Parts: sequence; structure tokens; C-alpha cells
Amino acid sequence: MTKQRQMITNRVAFLDKKVPIYASFLGLVGLIVLWEIICSLNLVSPLFLPAPSAIVTTGWEMVVSGEIYENLVPSLYRIVVGYAIGSAFGVLIGLVLGFSKWADAIGTPVVYSIYPIPKIALLPLFILWLGIGELSKVTIIALGVFFPVVINTFSGVKNVDPILIKAAVTFGSSPFNVVRKVILPGSLPMIFAGLKLAAGTSLLLLVSAEMIAAQNGIGAMVLHYGNLMITTKLMVGVLVLSLLGLTFNRVLQWVEYKLIPWK
Amino acid sequence: MKVVIEDVRKTFGNKKKGEVLALDNINFSIEEKEFVVLVGPSGCGKSTLLNIVGGLLSPTEGSVYFEGLLNKKPNLAIVFQEIALFPWRTVYENVIYGLEEQKVSKQEQKEKADFYIDMVGLTGFKDAYPKQLSGGMKQRVGIARALAVEPDLLLMDEPFSALDAQTRTLMQEELLTIWNRTQLSTLYVTHNIQEAVYLADRVIVLSRHPGQIKEIIKIDLPKMGRDTEQHRAKYEQYADDIWQLIRQDAEDALKE
Repeated sequence: MTKQRQMITNRVAFLDKKVPIYASFLGLVGLIVLWEIICSLNLVSPLFLPAPSAIVTTGWEMVVSGEIYENLVPSLYRIVVGYAIGSAFGVLIGLVLGFSKWADAIGTPVVYSIYPIPKIALLPLFILWLGIGELSKVTIIALGVFFPVVINTFSGVKNVDPILIKAAVTFGSSPFNVVRKVILPGSLPMIFAGLKLAAGTSLLLLVSAEMIAAQNGIGAMVLHYGNLMITTKLMVGVLVLSLLGLTFNRVLQWVEYKLIPWK
Repeated sequence: MKVVIEDVRKTFGNKKKGEVLALDNINFSIEEKEFVVLVGPSGCGKSTLLNIVGGLLSPTEGSVYFEGLLNKKPNLAIVFQEIALFPWRTVYENVIYGLEEQKVSKQEQKEKADFYIDMVGLTGFKDAYPKQLSGGMKQRVGIARALAVEPDLLLMDEPFSALDAQTRTLMQEELLTIWNRTQLSTLYVTHNIQEAVYLADRVIVLSRHPGQIKEIIKIDLPKMGRDTEQHRAKYEQYADDIWQLIRQDAEDALKE
């Protein structure tokens, strides 16, 4: 007589189910195809929603004519300079606030009281102070980047395991070396979380500032074509912005991977 | 050279909220090339004492000093219970940490690091990050990092308590072999009595509430081979004596 078998199977197999790579493109491609179909069936007027194919062809024409280049370069300049200044100060001040109890007591309330202000509201003030040129736009981006970076750096420093600081001191580290060799690398993961958050903020501020006060730049271009009701060219601007955001994120991810290989 | 711990007393908390006396009337010394083990029940303040000796905590009263160390600052190294390797540094980079801070030349750093990494048996793992290592291997790196600075006093705070029982036994044997090659003055903290008798030249038994020295026991056995048949009886006798000293305190600790 054979005994009856009750097989035990892995009941949590769904947790490590593998999905093929093409799956991540499905949603995107599907959306674009649907959009194209809607447009080609003339369900909506091209004034309100131009077809993806029309956006791409117009976009190419604008690249060839140099219009994209003329607007992209000033935008890139503003965002790169603003982001660099804002994040550099953010990391520096964050380290100081996290490391020194005095700086923490004095500086943290200041940071937290300015942080909730929507930065774009300060643009008129900056224009008054710094003029309508590049400086006011770069400053507003730097300011917008500064806050998420400073707050993340600060909590990164606070989260460094005290035993590592003890170990460093035991092996002869000076306070400066403790910051440089333990606290800075220890808070890098949190700093990068802040940098990624700030990337989105900086793009938002770039576009807003350019819409309010600029002759050139992608933001100004989008607004300009919106006013003229040339929706296709407006959408080209939006496409450029989304590509800009995507590239920004990818670059940050690459830098993070290079700087934090031990994670 | 010797290390003197003189009249050390440590209280926690403050007068308003009530003070807790953690350590009281601690007097002993660690001779050159001596392996001293602090043993006691949980809550006896043995880790507190090690932190005071290691300069990571100030005593409320009393002092810790090196005697007969000519014209140099004492050089300490700690092997932590939590291991405390820098996760962003590879095995090699962790081991040279103390040497870097001593401003030792790159060439010498490399020689010493290679020597001690080899001693703890991790030659093939120089470029691995701590995350990639097992618990036992991590603590070997911790030991190599401490040995590399060739300290005047080596402090070990329950270094093997996070390891499983099998790894622990092997690491104890290995530590003894390494210690015999380096002969560093060592202060070792543990709650494991067998471990204490296995490693120590002298065992200092602490009581709790407050942490005081109950007895100092000299282990009169050869350093190597204490667990062999020849010495088994005496070894067990020492362990049992210490257990009798600690037992009451350990039972009290359990009830809290």
C-alpha cells in the first residue's frame, strides 16, 4: 500500500516572482500608442492635444533650427549653477549643524522656520535685491536646493552610529578627521536622498522663475508658445523638460553608485 | 610599563533625579604582557569600566594612568562588541585606519596591514567590504585593526558575544595563538566564565550594585592547552570557583 503524500510547496513564491525587462516599457508604449490613436481619429482638436508624432517632428525641426539649443543652454546654466551652489552649502551647513551642538541649537530653528516658505514667493524680493538678470534666478534655485539637502544631511549626521565615532576616536582621529572620515561617508546615503529630492525642486523652480522673469530658457519658451496657442511647440518644451529631469536623475544615480559602492 | 586603575568610581544620573552607583572602589593594575579578564554578571559595570580605561567615558572619581611609558602618549586599541567596522572601507582600509591616523608611511601601512590580515587569516578578503563578510570574519578584521597599531594596551569588550557558539570556540583558540605571538597587555571583558579561565593570566571578578571587585584570581595554568586532559580538572575547578562567586549576583540580575 502506498502512503498518501501531502506535498509542501513554497507558499510565498509570489514574493520573488521574476518579471521580464520589456514589462517596464509596456505602460509607457501603451500610453503613447493610445494617445496617437486618439489624435489620428480626430477625437480631440490638435490645438488641445497634438499627436506624439507631431510633437517629435516639430521637436526635430526646432533642434535643427537651433531654437532648442538657444533656450536649453541658459536653462542648463541656471539649474547647474544654482544646484551646485545650493547643494554645496546644504551639505556643508548640514554637517556643521549635525556635528556641533551649538550650531544645532542656534541654526536649526532658523532653518526650520524658513524651510516651509514656498521659495518661488521670494522671487519678486530677489528681483528687487539682485535685479532681473541671472543672479536672482540662480539664487532662487540654490535656495530651493539648499533646504532639502541641509535637512537630509543633518539627519544623516545624526544617524551615524556612535560606535563608529568611538572607534575612530580610539584609533586616534582628530575631530576634523572624525567628520571627514566617519561622519561624511556615514551620512552620504541620506545626503543623496536629499540631492534627489532637490533635483525635482530645482527643475520646478527653474521653470517657474523662467516663466515669471526671463527672455529665454525652456520655461519662457513653453509660456511663449502657450500664449500664442502653438500647442505642439509648447509640448516640445514639456518633452525637453521631462528629458532634462530624467537625465538629471540618471546622473545622480550614477554618481551615487560610484560614491557609495559599499551599500 | 603598567596600567594602573586607581580608586575609580562612576555614578550615572544626577543628584536631583537620584544617582546610580555603577562602579565603586576599583583598584587594580595590568602588568606588561599580562592578559587580564574582567568577568561579572550583567549589569556589574564591566563594559563601563572598559570604556573608562579606553578613554571613552570619564570616571566620576579616581584615575587611570600608564606608568613607565617613556616620552610618548599611550597608544590604545579597542575591539568592540558591536565590531564597529567602517562599512564604507574595505577590509584593508579598515585595518590601516589607526595607522593612517598615526601618520605612518604608506609602505609601512601596507606591510603591517598585510602582516596582520594574514595573521587573522583573511588574506583573500582584503578588498571585500564588511557587508560581504560573516560575523566571525568581521570580528577578525576588528582584531587585525586593533593589532595593527601595536597598542600599549589592547582592550576587548565582549568581542565574541555576537558570534555563534561554534565560531566563538574557534575564535577563542585563534585569539590565544595570536596573543602568544604579539604578547600585548590586554584587558578583556566577558560574561563567559569558561572564556575567562581559558584566556586569562588573572581574572577579576566583579559584583553588582555597585560594581566592585569581589576577587582577583590568578590562573595558575600554562597559557596554551588549558582545555587538554592534563589540565582539565584544574580548569574546571577555577571555572566553578568563579561561578560560585558570581552565582548569587547573576540570580539577582535575572529577577530584575
